[in-house]
Amino acid sequence: MQGKLKVFRKNKMFTILLLLAVGIGLVAVFAPFIATHDPAEAILTDALKAPSKEHWFGTDKLGRDLFSRVIYGTRVSVSASLILVAVIFVIGSILGILAGYFGGWVDTVIMRIADMMIAFPGMVLAIAVAGILGPSITNAVIAIALVSWTKYARLARSLVLKMKNCDYVAAARVTGSTTTHILVRYMFPNVTPTLVITAATDIGSMMLELAGLSFLGFGARPPMAEWGLMLSEGRAYMQNAPWMMIFPGLAILIVVVIFNLLGDSLRDVLDPRDEE
Amino acid sequence: MNAKKLGKRLLQILIVLIGISFLTFMLTYLAPGDPVTAMYTATGMMPSEAVLEQTREELGLNKPFLVQYWDWLTGCLHGDFGTSYSLRKPVLELLSSRLWPTLKLSLTSLVIMLLIAVPFGMLSAVYKGKPIDYLVRAFTFFGVSMPNFWVGLLLLYVVALQWKLVPVISTGQGFKKIILPALTLAFAMSAKYTRQVRTAILEELSQDYVTGARARGVKESVILWRHVFPNALLPLVTMLGLSLGSLLGGTAVVEVIFSYPGLGNLAVTSITAMDYPMVQGYVLWIALIYMVINLLVDISYNYLDPRIREKR
Repeated sequence: MQGKLKVFRKNKMFTILLLLAVGIGLVAVFAPFIATHDPAEAILTDALKAPSKEHWFGTDKLGRDLFSRVIYGTRVSVSASLILVAVIFVIGSILGILAGYFGGWVDTVIMRIADMMIAFPGMVLAIAVAGILGPSITNAVIAIALVSWTKYARLARSLVLKMKNCDYVAAARVTGSTTTHILVRYMFPNVTPTLVITAATDIGSMMLELAGLSFLGFGARPPMAEWGLMLSEGRAYMQNAPWMMIFPGLAILIVVVIFNLLGDSLRDVLDPRDEE
Repeated sequence: MNAKKLGKRLLQILIVLIGISFLTFMLTYLAPGDPVTAMYTATGMMPSEAVLEQTREELGLNKPFLVQYWDWLTGCLHGDFGTSYSLRKPVLELLSSRLWPTLKLSLTSLVIMLLIAVPFGMLSAVYKGKPIDYLVRAFTFFGVSMPNFWVGLLLLYVVALQWKLVPVISTGQGFKKIILPALTLAFAMSAKYTRQVRTAILEELSQDYVTGARARGVKESVILWRHVFPNALLPLVTMLGLSLGSLLGGTAVVEVIFSYPGLGNLAVTSITAMDYPMVQGYVLWIALIYMVINLLVDISYNYLDPRIREKR
């Protein structure tokens, strides 16, 4: 009875967090209905206005409504980090499965590249890549993906190595299953749960890295409403308009906290071994 | 670590360095935008196509890609990392002038981090399940979720602008200039380390020797400080080494916020100015330092943990 209650309580936590995350998604989708102003509309006479009834979060240096920009910023941050995590999930797991299943030179090539990426501070390469490719949110995603897939590849590889000699895989091979069939039907479904947990816990930190690149000017470009970029714009007007850096930062914090908690609680739900 | 292993590691470092430098070189080669044009427009000149072409010829940018890479690589082996396009000085000179400030910043932030993480982690482990544990864990949770550039901006706003305790721009030397960037870096790290210290101490506390010592009536404080603490600190050494390495490369955001004259700041301005020799030199250097630190950490392990020596 006690055990059942515990699981229920945990899942309730997970449910709440999931609802919150869905809520963030809805904010992104329905941004035009929530925003009180056009996020791109610049009214210079309204520049740097403090928060008020008309402008809930104040206005920025061009007189754009900050509340609307923060709301629209959800779209960029959430979609870019979800795409990023999806990309490294797919690339990492495919390369990891191939390396683990085939071994030999395929394994050597893939894992040596992965070693190279790990033997090196990722953010430096990400900054260099994003900077050289030219600033855009797509290039920032590419840059971070380039240095982050290795974790997934290693995980997938180790999982495949563990099960490729299992009896059911041997049975499948003996009964004439094609390699593709084995990879898609046996290997992939078996590595997904662990990788999904990793991916879920990674969304928050990926969001932070993307915002960091935008903050440095290697991600989103003006006039895009992106939180990292808004913070870097706010930095210049810190003295006169501190709200310009408070609200976008708060938005990042809230969204990252929710996604981090969601990832942790997903891990607890799917993998009870990790309990403390 | 014996000679054979060491040789293998050094070879691996060499391969990674060549791989990383080749990758950056290729990226700069494929990158859109022309560094020569950027170089002139930065000085306010609008050169003719003939001048541009001549400069390209002088810089060797018209040669085939592999030849360019080979020239650069052999140059590096002779200690010549090229000349910065935008600052017109040798890359090596610029990098080494920025290395010390960044190193100082990284070390200061590591010290601050330890001052926060070790006591918090120990408190949290010793009082596991008590209110103080939950408080510390809530702090660590926010610590990992806070964007460090936001922490930096908030510190800058409160401490420098509102209280006017320190200057807003951290150029130059001195404690006041380094404290805010160091605190910002320490904040996020201390969250991670507090968790580590907590886990490490909890793990040690559950060992048999602790139960044995308790059964013999050894005082709890003696167990904690004389037995548990040193054992729990060992894994931290590896982490500290790794952190120092990634700090050297990861201070860019914080350096930009506080206008701190370090490597990261230099890298960001160089990338923006399409100063590719600078970027290539930077990436190569950071990779080298990072891997050498990791190697030193592994070697130091031999001395800190006798078990590893005996295993051989």
